[in-house]
Amino acid sequence: MMNGSNAVNDITANAVYLTFLTKTNVMTKRTGWLIPLLLLCTQLTAQVTQPVNGVTDNRSGCYAFTNATIVKNAQSTITNATLLIRNGKIIATGTGITIPPDAMIVDCSGKYIYPSLIDAYTDYGMSTPQRPATPFNFNAPAQLTSNVKGAYGWNQAIRTDVNAAAIFAADDGKAAPLRELGFGTVLTHQKDGIARGTGAVVTLANRKENLVILKEKASAHYSFNKGISTQSYPGSMMGSIALLRQTFIDARWYKNKPAGEGINLSLQYWNDNLSLPQIFEANDKWNDLRADRIGDEFGIQYIIKAGGNEYQRINEIAATKASFILPLSFPQAMDVEDPNDARFISLADMKHWEMAPGNPAALEKAGINFCLTTADLKDAKQFLPNLRKAIENGLTESRALDALTRFPATLLGIYTETGSIDAGKWANFLICSGPIFAEKTTLYQNWIQGEKYSIKDNNWTSGDGNYALTLNLPAGTQQYRATLKNNTMTVIGKDTLTAKLNIEGKQVKFSFPTEKGGKQSLRFSGMKTGNNWNGLGEDPTGKKFTWSATWSAAAETPKTDSAKNNTAKADSAKKKDMGIKASLTWPNNGYGWAEMPKPETLLIKNATVWTSEATGILTNTDILVRNGKIAQIGKNLTDPAARIIDGTGKHLTPGIIDEHSHIAASSINEGGQSVTSEVRIGDNLDPDDDNIYRQLSGGVTTSHILHGSANTIGGQTQLIKLRWGGNDNDLKFGGNDPFIKFALGENVKRTPSQANNRFPDTRMGVEQVLVDAFTRAKDYEAALKNPNAAAVRKDLELDALVEIMNSKRFITCHSYVQSEITAMIRVAERFGFTLNTFTHILEGYKVADKMKAHGANASTFSDWWAYKMEVQDAIPYNAAIMQKVGLNVAINSDDAEMARRLNQEAAKSVKYGGMSETDALKMVTINPATMMHIDNRVGSIKVGKDADLVLWSDNPLSIYAKAEQTIIDGIVYFTRERDKQLRQQLLAERTRLIRKMLGDKKDGKPVIPAAPSMKVMHTCEEHAHEHGLMVIDNDEQTGNR
Amino acid sequence: MKKYLAILIAGITALSATAQDDIYPAKPQAEAITLTNATIHIGNGTIIENGSISFNKGIITAVGTNPANGKVIDCKGKHIYPGLILSATNLGLQEIGGSVRGTNDFQELGELNPNVRSIVAYNTDSKIINTLRSNGILIANIVPGGNGGSIGGSSSTVQLDAWNWEDAAYRKDYGIHYYMPSLFNRPNPFAAFFGIPQPPDPLKQGLDQIEKVKSFFRDAKAYQKQNTPDSTNLKLAAVKGLFDKSQRLFIHCNIVKEMLVAIDFVTEFGFDVTIVGGSESWQIPELLKQNNISVILRQTHNLPTSPDDDVDQPYKTPAMLQKAGVLFAITDEDGQTRGRNLMFNAGTAAAYGLSREEALSAISLNAARILGIDSKTGSIETGKDANIIVSEGDILDMRSSIVTHAFIRGREIDLMDKHKQLNERYKKKYGISNP
Repeated sequence: MMNGSNAVNDITANAVYLTFLTKTNVMTKRTGWLIPLLLLCTQLTAQVTQPVNGVTDNRSGCYAFTNATIVKNAQSTITNATLLIRNGKIIATGTGITIPPDAMIVDCSGKYIYPSLIDAYTDYGMSTPQRPATPFNFNAPAQLTSNVKGAYGWNQAIRTDVNAAAIFAADDGKAAPLRELGFGTVLTHQKDGIARGTGAVVTLANRKENLVILKEKASAHYSFNKGISTQSYPGSMMGSIALLRQTFIDARWYKNKPAGEGINLSLQYWNDNLSLPQIFEANDKWNDLRADRIGDEFGIQYIIKAGGNEYQRINEIAATKASFILPLSFPQAMDVEDPNDARFISLADMKHWEMAPGNPAALEKAGINFCLTTADLKDAKQFLPNLRKAIENGLTESRALDALTRFPATLLGIYTETGSIDAGKWANFLICSGPIFAEKTTLYQNWIQGEKYSIKDNNWTSGDGNYALTLNLPAGTQQYRATLKNNTMTVIGKDTLTAKLNIEGKQVKFSFPTEKGGKQSLRFSGMKTGNNWNGLGEDPTGKKFTWSATWSAAAETPKTDSAKNNTAKADSAKKKDMGIKASLTWPNNGYGWAEMPKPETLLIKNATVWTSEATGILTNTDILVRNGKIAQIGKNLTDPAARIIDGTGKHLTPGIIDEHSHIAASSINEGGQSVTSEVRIGDNLDPDDDNIYRQLSGGVTTSHILHGSANTIGGQTQLIKLRWGGNDNDLKFGGNDPFIKFALGENVKRTPSQANNRFPDTRMGVEQVLVDAFTRAKDYEAALKNPNAAAVRKDLELDALVEIMNSKRFITCHSYVQSEITAMIRVAERFGFTLNTFTHILEGYKVADKMKAHGANASTFSDWWAYKMEVQDAIPYNAAIMQKVGLNVAINSDDAEMARRLNQEAAKSVKYGGMSETDALKMVTINPATMMHIDNRVGSIKVGKDADLVLWSDNPLSIYAKAEQTIIDGIVYFTRERDKQLRQQLLAERTRLIRKMLGDKKDGKPVIPAAPSMKVMHTCEEHAHEHGLMVIDNDEQTGNR
Repeated sequence: MKKYLAILIAGITALSATAQDDIYPAKPQAEAITLTNATIHIGNGTIIENGSISFNKGIITAVGTNPANGKVIDCKGKHIYPGLILSATNLGLQEIGGSVRGTNDFQELGELNPNVRSIVAYNTDSKIINTLRSNGILIANIVPGGNGGSIGGSSSTVQLDAWNWEDAAYRKDYGIHYYMPSLFNRPNPFAAFFGIPQPPDPLKQGLDQIEKVKSFFRDAKAYQKQNTPDSTNLKLAAVKGLFDKSQRLFIHCNIVKEMLVAIDFVTEFGFDVTIVGGSESWQIPELLKQNNISVILRQTHNLPTSPDDDVDQPYKTPAMLQKAGVLFAITDEDGQTRGRNLMFNAGTAAAYGLSREEALSAISLNAARILGIDSKTGSIETGKDANIIVSEGDILDMRSSIVTHAFIRGREIDLMDKHKQLNERYKKKYGISNP
């Protein structure tokens, strides 16, 4: 016992005691807490194996915190209660608790006690993995194998071997700022790699690691980000997804100890770690869904570390049924003073700035279980202000508390140990001046494992109140009355005097004039003892005297009604201001839908109809659209239920179909290996891509999103309809035959690289890559038919190739020169399948006969050439020649800009080669539909087909033609009229948000420099596409160019 | 169409397997020629229906409904235009777009290269040239490239039917090309990830660099005033013409801040200035007009800069400049099609607010004005060079944009090109007959 006193209400004394305690490295004995009152004499023992240098000093650390408002958890609060702790654990909590004689009593009158907070997503105590010091070089040779030494797996980004507990090094410099926020326990793991090994639960106590690790293996961690891995694969989002899927498969296969694999520790640990809570860092709404789908495939429910934009797709997020870990890293207001800078900030970014603080509330409202984390905050100090912002934006305080205590504790399986104030749990709690999240609340102390960490102890008592000030002057004592309020001291003697006051910690200094307006002062210097002060003073003549000031509480002055009213007014004004908010649209940008459009019954009257069928062009014709399909074609049609669209003087065509596109995807090229048939564009669709809307304005309704041409056997493609506003699944065409992208020639040889080391480096090698891949696939297929099939490792890469050989998947092959085209055909023949489509195929005119004999389709550019060596002989007559030879020919874009003029690109074959206009239009409607096996659904205007239609202002092949309305599945997705309205709304909304950001700056809130809303644009890795100032070419990003 | 093919067949009777080498520059105009019965688009906004044009010794002698003179070519139903002008291109300086360093002659090393001349590297045997002529482009401004912050050199205009660059030269060294450093705060979000150092404040860096170029021009101004300079400075001497306006400063830049700096060049030095690029010029057309700054729009077929922009903003920019009275030209620097879609870029501008004749001006007379050759070409007017094309129909629309005749200084040029030759070669292979 200290000072022989058990009524410790002097907090500083406690602090001294605890510092001492900490220095002697005391531990809590984990067996003592179950039978608390009987074991009053149990001592805190030092870690048993640690030798002590000096004399052992064990203490029980028994404290009673009395008269407190104890918030045991978000659902249960007890007032005027006592919290009793001993040996780092909570012994009892409640009212009417018998306080043991050895307990130090801490009077917590007027104070609140909360469980210390838990952060389920940190890397506290982890070293930060470093990239190799050499800067990244775009043209550096590929690293095709892992450079990690040891009995690990083939990919450097699979770090299942990392054990956070084993590499954890307590770091009080990092712990202190977290403790100041109220955190007592965190989950920590090393944030590097796609599989990141295991995480450990540790407390933030400043003690030896042995004592702060609460759970050695608490979680297993994953992400899409390969981190510091220098290995080439994976080099894309879809590559990361494929790697995770294949690793799941490999790990299951490895359980049977397959011969030939030897010891693979990466897979062994992968399997070991599967029993732990699985946490996936996704960081974005679409990534959240991608992670969840991987989990669904392999029977795992991930806990998802979110990004902050989940509110934009809350229904999809809720449907994952996952628990989430939410960051509070809200975007900061930007400095938009300069309109030339503000110009480059997109409305989407500005809306997100305004709406992001509502993300936690959106999840709460949707009934989603979530925790909150300090992760992603640039400055941890933003945590509480941002949390308050989230609360202002609708997050309930009780949910906030749950999200920082009970939920993370439950997820991590430590709720029996911490996360609430209940007997038996660790004494991890906070003492604060009021409700924990309120702005004016002061956090005084954060107790972790029974040890006190002072946060703002000095303010434990404000000192406000009345003081009887007694001066022991030689002439006798002199009495003053003093009052202290908000650091202002008034002294009342003969006169009412204002004192100059300075309180620093325990030290008190003040002075006041001897009389009102007098120039001479009495000066006082002293110390606080509890609420009372005493010390030494000096009068104007230099005479010293002792003094004391005795505290008594001030009588509460009731708030006047008018003051209340003012507060209420201010509150409602604030609320009203908060009330004007950007409203969510799908996508959440300038051209999104406030309400998703629905299929309509439409009657398009009196148009010139280009059917792309044998019927050719029908004049003055009506089209009836019902239930998303073309219901009737004819003259003088009627349907009372239909909305009439006047087509007089206008042209109606089938929706434009683009056989070769790279829009609406998060990644396009997986160039890490020469064969990557396991990757799938469909795994990483991006429905927010502005180019979807832009292409609707050019009449495009269906796009075939291809893998790039970085390698010979690229990834699986995804056919989409441009259902703007839908989610990634909504975009998918649905029910179509699957395709895959192949590529030949310069790109797959990595021609621009001066240091290519990835096979192949010639067209000779390209052919062998193909032959080898299909040979492996054939052997694999045969093995799968063996009795021992169960022992065969399922291979996602070869599965896709087997599908090709069985006509269950079809190839679209990027190709240019005649030699490689012919070689590809022969390889296909050797393995018994038909090469479905040659895309680009700029020398197709040279071997059109061979292509026809083989049965291939051709999808080409109208007039591209001379942008690299292999297109020297490209000619704009290519499409016309191939068509005349009898090939099914399409014109494709491979370019987000050109796609919206695809009708005119097709028209160039009228100019170059004299194609008929109806045939030219077929090259962007029925022909691509036929080559993609979807001509039963789309590509022409025929009763029963999908109502994918475009109404043009002019002959659709003319340079003057504008798509006025674009319809998909009977839903009007684009009209010029609505576009005009959207632009006006967009401008108004921009203006409002800019004004709001300017207001923030004026109010002195922090702003960051205006950052342009850059966008990554994906291309085939092909040509000098130019897409403007705000576009980052994906080749710039990946270095694939 | 049939007529066109007939001409085509006539043109390729002597086709050999070697593409191109048998396409000869035309001989000087030997006799007067009159084109009759055509719709004549003068280039200055005027249309003459059912008109004729006579030209002799390379010069236009009459335009209107004058009687036939010399050899008569009946152009009934056809449209006649001034030869189109590609106002900024690396034609003849780069044959193959990517990955073939050996074909690159468009960009020099160093920061201040006003003395570097594009004309001396212009390759008249480039296979690209004939593909442009086939589409009606008869004049091109050959522009040396540069990095952000450098003076790339001088451009020259050439006509596209010549044995060598000296024959080709139309106006030499008229343009001095300054590539303004980007004042756009373009972060590379991957820089940190890849360990690439993030450049410091690009605005300050850019402005410092601009100041360096300005002091170069101040020195040049002083240099011009010396009667006999102490020593010859090729760089300073190369920009002499800017001060007496026998040369024009072409400033390659896009965003408003950059264009405001361009205006400052006008104010300080009194140069004739043209902005090349100007993708954001629609935001400040009045300022450009006030300062007599013209614009060469690099490409109408482009995506809008910001996701918030009108989806068709690049298509509408020409009309916005037109409305404000800014002198502008449209060029086509598309790396995949190598300039051949000049007229369709103009056509799109016509679909989005320009009149067709205004769109034509942007690739003919207005381009000639900007390039300082409008006294000789750019429109079909008496006294000007007979640079004329005949098209089956509207040259701006791919449905009818088929050039049947082209004259450069009155010489009827061969419209054969590599692509037509390969077309014929493989039609022969497959036995595809001409209809």
